[in-house]
Amino acid sequence: MSIQNWARLGLLIVAVAILVSGPYWASRGTMRLLIEVFYFLALAQLWNLLAGYSGLISVGQQAFVGLGGYAMFSLAMFAGVPILFALPLAGILTALIAWPTAFVAFRLSGPYFAIGTWVIAEVYRLVFAQIPALGGGSGISLPAGLVKAMASGRSARESLIYWIALAIMLVVVLGIWIVMRSRVGLSLSALRDNEEAAVSVGVRTRSLKFVIYIATAGMTGLIGALIFVQKLRITPEAAFSVTDWSVLVIFIVVIGGIGTLEGPILGCILFFVLREYLADLGAWYMIILGTISVVIMLVEPRGLWGLILRWRNITVFPVTRRK
Amino acid sequence: MSQSNQTILDARGLSKSFGALKVTNDVSLQVATGEALGIIGPNGAGKSTLFNLIAGTLPVDAGHIVIAGRDVTRTTAGVRCRMGVGRTYQIPKPFDGMTVLENLLVAATNGGGQSMDEATASAIDILDRLGLGELADTQASQLRLLDRKRLEMARALATQPRLLLLDEIAGGLTEQECEGLVATIKDIRAAGVSIIWIEHVVHALLAVVDRLVVINFGEVLAEGLPQETFRSREVQEIYLGIEA
Repeated sequence: MSIQNWARLGLLIVAVAILVSGPYWASRGTMRLLIEVFYFLALAQLWNLLAGYSGLISVGQQAFVGLGGYAMFSLAMFAGVPILFALPLAGILTALIAWPTAFVAFRLSGPYFAIGTWVIAEVYRLVFAQIPALGGGSGISLPAGLVKAMASGRSARESLIYWIALAIMLVVVLGIWIVMRSRVGLSLSALRDNEEAAVSVGVRTRSLKFVIYIATAGMTGLIGALIFVQKLRITPEAAFSVTDWSVLVIFIVVIGGIGTLEGPILGCILFFVLREYLADLGAWYMIILGTISVVIMLVEPRGLWGLILRWRNITVFPVTRRK
Repeated sequence: MSQSNQTILDARGLSKSFGALKVTNDVSLQVATGEALGIIGPNGAGKSTLFNLIAGTLPVDAGHIVIAGRDVTRTTAGVRCRMGVGRTYQIPKPFDGMTVLENLLVAATNGGGQSMDEATASAIDILDRLGLGELADTQASQLRLLDRKRLEMARALATQPRLLLLDEIAGGLTEQECEGLVATIKDIRAAGVSIIWIEHVVHALLAVVDRLVVINFGEVLAEGLPQETFRSREVQEIYLGIEA
């Protein structure tokens, strides 16, 4: 490895170490914020994997956030599964439900696929609003007893959720990095750039799309499960929110730089900075976010990371693939 | 059985219509293993459509396609590629968001069934042979047209084909580049790859192929030894008719 690579690795290790030690230096409020940063970053990287690297533009990932959350609540409340076990199970259940969903979604392509995924998510939202055992439209809270069984004491529980969120985020980022450096990642990008040509060089485009869609859904479900364990309450509106789990996530990826691993990280930081200062402005907050993304797209379609590349040709994760 | 060893492609009675337009009408083609077959014909004669049928990009309306002894009529282009059919597109379809090398790696790891290490080695070798070595790390979207065409051929070769379909790759080359291309294709053939080559640059084509097929209005108009076939009266009429 070159000195540059060692420096890069060293920086990454220091950054990860600082984050891992979070519960020892961060206030409760900071930790809550960081947990949110972690899962938004993970959601953004997963959406980037689908849309940026593979060309599968979904506006319906909230379907899997919601399914993961509801699977988590159902497993914990009705099957008596301890929350720590219910988390991964919720991810697996979400992936299983995503499988037939993929058959429906992949009958469509391009913009129709995007709209189709949104419609599917709405269908799930309406379905869960009809289930009385899960509180119907007004939702349900996680019983205090189940939550307390997670860890001894509130701060231990919060630290635990913090570390799980951090671990999921790191697994997602490193996982995508490894996938994109492999033949699978190359094939995904080929599929995105020209599906017909991809088929004609032997890429199994159909199974590839299914696998990536279902794997992404499973991870998104796991994140959804964690989100609602932290929130302790789930409603169909919150669980299947297109604004929270698609619009904001797309904002993060697009302003940061789609088709790169660095972009969503920058986008995530910018998003949370903006939110901390602007969230009190109500509707203006969303208007300002929208304006910023339009301006960035006009000035530099490669996003913030593209702006940095103009200034200096650097790379943290050398798996950028975009036109 | 013996035929399956000697015939890489046996296509019989291929037909294809787009609406009322018959683009391919009862075309039969046989290519022996190791043979180089040239296809000529005026624009719109249905040559590229014929490639799409053989490669599996388009399904046939009628007819049968047997590749290396296996009936592949109902299989997808991906299956045929993995069986050893490599093809170029007349209008290049590179993977624009990837580097030249990555374009080949996709082909070598999927169609060619190679590991990443094998793929990297063979891809670099192919790029060097086609004069693209220095562009390996260039993004495909940055290439000029001629290099995009070279990339088409390089990517098709990376799938480790047994049958290579080349669609108008010599157009726009200088005389010297054209000679280089002819030499390259002869090398590929010498390595045991069967070739079907559609080309308007007839002198390049005639320098390589063993046999020539002339297609007009979606039908086989003439077939035989290259020079004789090209000089036959009916072929000259078509070509003079176009060029006059």
